[in-house]
Amino acid sequence: MSEAASVYSVDKVLLVAIRDNITDTDIINLQEDLSERIVNEAARGVVIDIAALEIVDTFVGRILAQLSSISRLLAAETYIVGMRPAVAMTLVELGMDLPGSKTALSLSHALRALKAKGLA
Amino acid sequence: MTAAPTTEVSRLLSEDFDGVLDAWFATQKRDGVRRPDLFSDRESRRQLSELLRTFSEALGRIDISEPVDIDTEAWSELRMALSEITLVRTERGVAPWEMTAFMLALKQPVFEKLSEGLANTPERLLAEASDFGRVVDAFAMHINEHFIAERDEIIERQRAEMMELSTPVVQLWERVLTIPLIGTLDSMRAQEVMENLLNSIVEHSAEVVIVDITGVRVVDTQVAQHLLRTAAAVRLMGAEAIISGISPKIAQTMVELGVDVGEVTTRPSIRAALDEAFRRVGFRISRVEDTRV
Amino acid sequence: MNGAPAQPAARVELRRERDVAAARLAVSRAMDALGARALRKTRFITAVSEIARNALEHGGGGVMEIYNLERPRRIMIRCRDEGPGIADIDQAMVDGFSTARSMGKGLGGARRLVAAFRIESRPGAGTTIEMEADP
Repeated sequence: MSEAASVYSVDKVLLVAIRDNITDTDIINLQEDLSERIVNEAARGVVIDIAALEIVDTFVGRILAQLSSISRLLAAETYIVGMRPAVAMTLVELGMDLPGSKTALSLSHALRALKAKGLA
Repeated sequence: MTAAPTTEVSRLLSEDFDGVLDAWFATQKRDGVRRPDLFSDRESRRQLSELLRTFSEALGRIDISEPVDIDTEAWSELRMALSEITLVRTERGVAPWEMTAFMLALKQPVFEKLSEGLANTPERLLAEASDFGRVVDAFAMHINEHFIAERDEIIERQRAEMMELSTPVVQLWERVLTIPLIGTLDSMRAQEVMENLLNSIVEHSAEVVIVDITGVRVVDTQVAQHLLRTAAAVRLMGAEAIISGISPKIAQTMVELGVDVGEVTTRPSIRAALDEAFRRVGFRISRVEDTRV
Repeated sequence: MNGAPAQPAARVELRRERDVAAARLAVSRAMDALGARALRKTRFITAVSEIARNALEHGGGGVMEIYNLERPRRIMIRCRDEGPGIADIDQAMVDGFSTARSMGKGLGGARRLVAAFRIESRPGAGTTIEMEADP
């Protein structure tokens, strides 16, 4: 599958671990792959782990925000997890608060939240 | 490595080393920067002699009629010697200006010796004196920069220590942190607060953080922006922020300033905030048994 | 533009998309060599990413050079492209301004993340941006 990430599907939840220093095309491909998989596998949740990312610039930030919106349209809830403190501070300074995206501390926190909503 | 051309200065230093040393020492004495109260004559002479020897060796390799950049590799030994003598002398209480004057005191005796040796070739005298002057100035400058760098380092270290003391992140309960802010919140401090807080979130796997501003003196638009940014960053990490300690006066000011806190949870007191934090992480405080009559 | 050392410590051609990632990596290594802290590094490399992408997309490619500055020791980068240039720099620095697919926070955002930001551009003569990291 995509160069940019490894994706595992567990109990209607897609677990996505993004690799560091990816190209713009990589992440656009990931967005397309994920959209298809949400539909094909009838996923109700998506957890995107960005702990490996040393930086999130405006482009990657915008794709992450879009992923949340797309999955919502496809009836799945997306959590962005594992953001590093330096990345969070930089994004806020860039004015990219990702207001439409759900966040969690870690993969297990996100899974717990999805379970509580009956989505996992 | 190519040898530098033989100059009157390099000849002086190899043939009349002790003479130059004595004259340098005498000039320092005259200028009042010898500090016999801190260093014995023997100690001082040893320091000077070491520096002068390193300089003399460097002159064997480097042509000082070319532009001098003492940050280059060729001057590394001399830089080390300068740093060492600066360190030794300042540790005992020699002031920065004294250290600079200490170095510059080498100029006059060498000029005098040059004008004796080159009396018949005024053009060479002028060229060598100006080259030598430039090099000594560069040394003095280096000593000065060394001072400034060291002082900056001390200031930075103290600032970091103070910052740590002034923004302690406290774990109130499992998964609940608080950071009581006190005093003023400028941009610099706001960034430190944020960094400190976010790192603690990772460290404690905290889900709720209470940012308490009871002790913040003034809440203006800028401070409000800092608080909201902190809350936004906390949310990006996957935790929630509660801002507590909003007095009625601060609430009025914020509305007058047109500050919109949006989705951020606020509470008037840290007690109310703690109550909310417990609710979110699934705890409840209850009395075991009412023993009062 | 400014008094950088004659020789860059590293040089990255920006011809393809993958080169943006290469530029980030090169700056990351240079900052590691100076022992930069995580936050400063993240801020600066994010800015590098923005302007490298900008040079590739709007400038049709270019080159990024990395310099080590002294006193205090810090990193500077210079990014040049031979693109159409920017007619109104002030407007381009405002958040929300975008001529292409980025969200329009790129240049203004990059400036906020670095210690010093210089831009020189003329229509038809390409764009040069210099950025210095915090020491």
